[in-house]
Amino acid sequence: MTKGEDRKNRPGLSLHVPEPKFRPGDKVDFTHLAIPEAGDQPRPDESCAASETFPLCTDLVRVLDDEGKACGPWDPRLSPDRVRAILRDMALVRAFDERMYRGQRQGKTSFYMKSTGEEATSVAAAHALASDDMVFPSYRQQGVLIARGYPLIEMVNQIYSNRGDKLKGRQLPIMYSSRDHSFFSISGNLATQLPQAVGWAMASAIRHDSRIAATWIGEGSTAEGDFHSALTFATVYNAPVVFNIVNNQWAISSFSGFAGAERTTFAARAIGYGVAGLRVDGNDPLAVYAAQRWAADRARSNAGPTLIEFFTYRAEGHSTSDDPSAYRSAQEREEWPLGDPIMRLKNHLIALGEWTEEQHAEMDRELAERVKAATKEAEENGILGHGLHHPFHTMFEDVFEKLPWNLEEQSEQAIRERNIKWPE
Amino acid sequence: MAGIEEEPVSLAEAPVRSLSMIEAINDALDIMLERDPDVILLGEDIGYFGGVFRATAGLQQKHGKTRVFDTPISEGGIIGVAVGMGAYGLRPVPEIQFADYIYPGLDQLISEAARLRYRSAGEFIAPMTVRSPFGGGIFGGQTHSQSPEALFTHVSGLKTVVPSTPHDAKGLLISAIEDNDPVIFFEPKRIYNGPFDGYYDKPTKPWKGHPGARVPEGYYSIPLGKAHTVRSGSAMTVLAYGTMVHVAEAVCRDKGVDAEIIDLRTLVPLDIEAVENSVEKTGRCLVVHEATRTSGFGAELAALVQERCFYHLEAPVERVTGFDTPYPHSLEWAYFPGPIRIGEAIDRLMEA
Repeated sequence: MTKGEDRKNRPGLSLHVPEPKFRPGDKVDFTHLAIPEAGDQPRPDESCAASETFPLCTDLVRVLDDEGKACGPWDPRLSPDRVRAILRDMALVRAFDERMYRGQRQGKTSFYMKSTGEEATSVAAAHALASDDMVFPSYRQQGVLIARGYPLIEMVNQIYSNRGDKLKGRQLPIMYSSRDHSFFSISGNLATQLPQAVGWAMASAIRHDSRIAATWIGEGSTAEGDFHSALTFATVYNAPVVFNIVNNQWAISSFSGFAGAERTTFAARAIGYGVAGLRVDGNDPLAVYAAQRWAADRARSNAGPTLIEFFTYRAEGHSTSDDPSAYRSAQEREEWPLGDPIMRLKNHLIALGEWTEEQHAEMDRELAERVKAATKEAEENGILGHGLHHPFHTMFEDVFEKLPWNLEEQSEQAIRERNIKWPE
Repeated sequence: MAGIEEEPVSLAEAPVRSLSMIEAINDALDIMLERDPDVILLGEDIGYFGGVFRATAGLQQKHGKTRVFDTPISEGGIIGVAVGMGAYGLRPVPEIQFADYIYPGLDQLISEAARLRYRSAGEFIAPMTVRSPFGGGIFGGQTHSQSPEALFTHVSGLKTVVPSTPHDAKGLLISAIEDNDPVIFFEPKRIYNGPFDGYYDKPTKPWKGHPGARVPEGYYSIPLGKAHTVRSGSAMTVLAYGTMVHVAEAVCRDKGVDAEIIDLRTLVPLDIEAVENSVEKTGRCLVVHEATRTSGFGAELAALVQERCFYHLEAPVERVTGFDTPYPHSLEWAYFPGPIRIGEAIDRLMEA
């Protein structure tokens, strides 16, 4: 038989390359997305077997209905004060994002990333954690820092990479770190924070501590190997950790299909690992809060890790370096069936009689002023590329605890170059 | 060997025993688990079983399952969770079963552990010591024989340590664990159970009786960044580490060359002063390592020597290394930089 002869009756194979439903200019119709009624999803006990959560991995936990009413067993029954605090933090994130985006466009820094439309996935989740639970964020969780009361001026200093930046101008804008706020240093390499969160949680358990770890990742980077190792270690050691997948549908220009979303949900991955899974309306702040609280209570009572998928939409570009009009339909944002998290929570409070349009408008004005004041103050420390940076020798510090001879020699070179360029 | 000198041994009176390198490493880990409740050992097969090379034998039984435990087969996961443990405040000592398996952990080592102090301006650190057996000479084939140290010396923020004797292995490992920076601690597995002079066809010797096997009981440390002059001499300087220290020593002895042999012990930070002082004295320099040649750590050493000692040199710096091939199984000894390769280089240096 000649080579290949035995295969000639078989049909030829074809490769499937995922393609999003809508490209620029396309009319958008999201009716294919199954959006269940708010309040219809059962809420198992926090200590249930992971396998019991399987139905919730393909469902969508929702609390707020179209009239702004909180319904069903997942309603976290928060006090109006708490709900107003969540609303306020989300509005502050949005105001901050707007201002920083403009700052980048005005040349005050190199880069910025907004979280428009996704504010609930960080703000409401942060409200459901203890303030000293350790957070291992990805790059779009400014909402956690803001919810934990991190000073805005510190954020702006970092974004401007100026002499006030506590990270000494070393990190790309928005790659914050604040040990005092239990907020781990943001890497910029994707998914690396997941096994780290598990290791921190394991350490906490080794020490019989009561603090848990929570971590965030985009749906696109669940394709990284670190996602698999993190889930494996978490289940093996029953680590007290919460994994939050922010499924905002887009990883730069690659739609979620390139991370496997055409075949299953991201929450469903939990079950194969023996980890509890929840799929949650990410634009419903009360559902986000309830799910995070469920997972945090589960972890804190040693009942195991949880993987939560927040189903949401990235309303803006990936970053200031991105142009989404080149790869997706502009109608997607308008047609997104889960609405806007700030509007939804605002309507809920108004429906409760705990908030008014006037109060909301006044809050937005006040927050915009607050952000403006913080940026003005930060600008006194300099903006990127205008000379008000940290001294040259700081470039060589913190590579090691102590400066080795080679870095000592190299720092002398850097300072000599500075003196040639800018003689005193 | 000039014996043990200069070490800041805190217990000069401590009883000295003869230990193999694997026993000395086990001793160091045991002492650090005892002294520091933050020390945690994790890795594949290191718990109940005590490690495939027995480095952690008995330690789980003694210190408990949450101090010394097995992990999934996931080097990226092992290093990744160790970064998180370090952020919590622990001092993890992960074992990577063979250096050849370390590559899935490189992103966590290079992008995370090595950068954490810098990127967080000192808010978070990754004080871990990654132990890993490396090097050939045990018929391990291409996946159990590599010497990847140069990959790590190229990374800013990592320290790289290679001991050559049981005495040094213990003191250096204790320093590495106490160090607040991430340390890659490569253990030359060919000399775990006895020194190896490169003559593979002769019977192997145990450590017993070797001066480097005299290991004091209890705690002592050897500072990172300090080389050890194994043998003083005036004809040439030999820079080596790990197994190759013993091979170089044997060749010089057999050829009757009055070489000064410097065991670097730590590649980063490098003891540049020891290197300069010796080369300025001898005027000739031979660099020896088992790893592949191109972009090996020997290239860095040769460059440093010519930059800093050029006017003292009487001959070009010589490099003796493994070949730029994978480590072949059946031709292991053809690959290994043994006495013939070193001997030829010594002749070239002396004739120049």
